[in-house]
Amino acid sequence: MEKKSENSQKLIQAVIFGSVFGFLLQKGGVGKYHVLEGQLLFQDFTVVRVMLTAVLVGMIGIYFLHKKADIKMHIVPTKIGSNILGGLMFGSGFAFSGYCPGTGAVALGQGDVLATLCLVGLVVGSYIYAEASRYLKKTIDKWGAHGKLTLPALLHVKTGSVVAIFTVLLTGILVALAKIAP
Amino acid sequence: MKVTAFILSCAMLAVPVAAFAQSPDAVMTTGGTWSPYLVGALIGILSWCTFYFSEQKIGASSFYATVAGFIGKFIAPKHTMKLAYYEEKPPELNWEFVFVSATILGAVLAATTGGEFGLRGMPLMWTQRHGDESFVLYAAVSLLGGALMAFGARLAGGCTSGHGISGTLQLSVSSWITTVFIFVGGALFVRLLY
Repeated sequence: MEKKSENSQKLIQAVIFGSVFGFLLQKGGVGKYHVLEGQLLFQDFTVVRVMLTAVLVGMIGIYFLHKKADIKMHIVPTKIGSNILGGLMFGSGFAFSGYCPGTGAVALGQGDVLATLCLVGLVVGSYIYAEASRYLKKTIDKWGAHGKLTLPALLHVKTGSVVAIFTVLLTGILVALAKIAP
Repeated sequence: MKVTAFILSCAMLAVPVAAFAQSPDAVMTTGGTWSPYLVGALIGILSWCTFYFSEQKIGASSFYATVAGFIGKFIAPKHTMKLAYYEEKPPELNWEFVFVSATILGAVLAATTGGEFGLRGMPLMWTQRHGDESFVLYAAVSLLGGALMAFGARLAGGCTSGHGISGTLQLSVSSWITTVFIFVGGALFVRLLY
C-alpha cells in the first residue's frame, strides 16, 4: 500500500515535470520545424544553445546532489557499436522528420498536427526494434560493450575535475557561439 | 543535508547566469520565444528536480516504445510479451509515459500563452523548398524519419533528451558518443532534403 502511494506520488510529479518540460521546449522555440532543421543545416543554433546550457546547469547541480545528497545516477551502458549506429540512424530520422521524440510531442501540442505522422513513425519504429531486439542484443550490442561507463572513470580523473573542465569548456563554446552566430 | 545541497546547487547557477548577463539576447525575448539560455538553464534545474524527487532522468523516446507495446499487447499479446525488449521493459503506465504525455499538455499551455497556438499543416520551410503539392513526400519522410529515430534511439539507449541532455550531464560515455553521432547523422542526411 505504501509502495503504491509512493508510486502514484511519482506519477503526479511526472505530470508536473512533464508539463514544465513541454512548456519550456515550446517557449524556447525548439518545437518549430525550421529551428530544428535549421540547426542541422548550421543556420540556427537555438537547439545547441538550449542543450548546452541545460547540460551545463544540469551537470553542476547533479554533481553536487550526488555528492552531498547521494541521489541515484541514471547512466545508460556504453555499447560503442550500438551508440554509433543508433546515433546515426537517429540523426537521419531527425533530419527526415524535422522533429525528435520530445520536440515532436511539443510540435503537436502547439498545433502542428502533421507532426502526428512523425509520432506514428516513432511508434512503428519502436515495435520494429522490439521485433529485432533479441537478435541485436546478441550481436551489435556486444560490440564495444563497457557497461555503465563515465568520462571520469574512463580518464581516471576525479569527477569534480571533469565537471570543472566541462564547466569552462561548455561556457566557452556558448560564448564563442554567441560571437560567431549571434 | 539534502536542503543544503539543493541550495548549494542553486547557488552554482550563478556561474552561467553571470557569464551570459552581458549578452543582450540572454535576457531579451522576441515574440513568443524565450531566450535559449533561460530555457536551457531552467531545463537543467528541471533535471535536478526529476533526479532528486522522482529518481528519474528526463527522457522522451521510451514513451513511444511503451505506446507500441500497449498496441502490440492489444493485437498480439503473446507475441509482444515474448519480444526481448518487452520482456525487459513490459509496457505499463510508467513515469516516462506520464512525463511525455504531460509534455504535450505543457506545450499547449506555452503556445496558448505565447500566442503561438494554431492548427498548421506542412511547415513553411518544407513547402518553400518542395512546393505545396508535396504532401505525399512529406508524409513519407515524416513516417520514415520517425521510424528511424525510434529504432536508433532504442539501439543507442536514448534520444536527444535521454542521451543528449540527461546522459551527457552525467558525463556518461554512451551519451556523448550517441549525441555526437546524432548531430553527425542529422547534418549529413538533412542535405538530402535541403
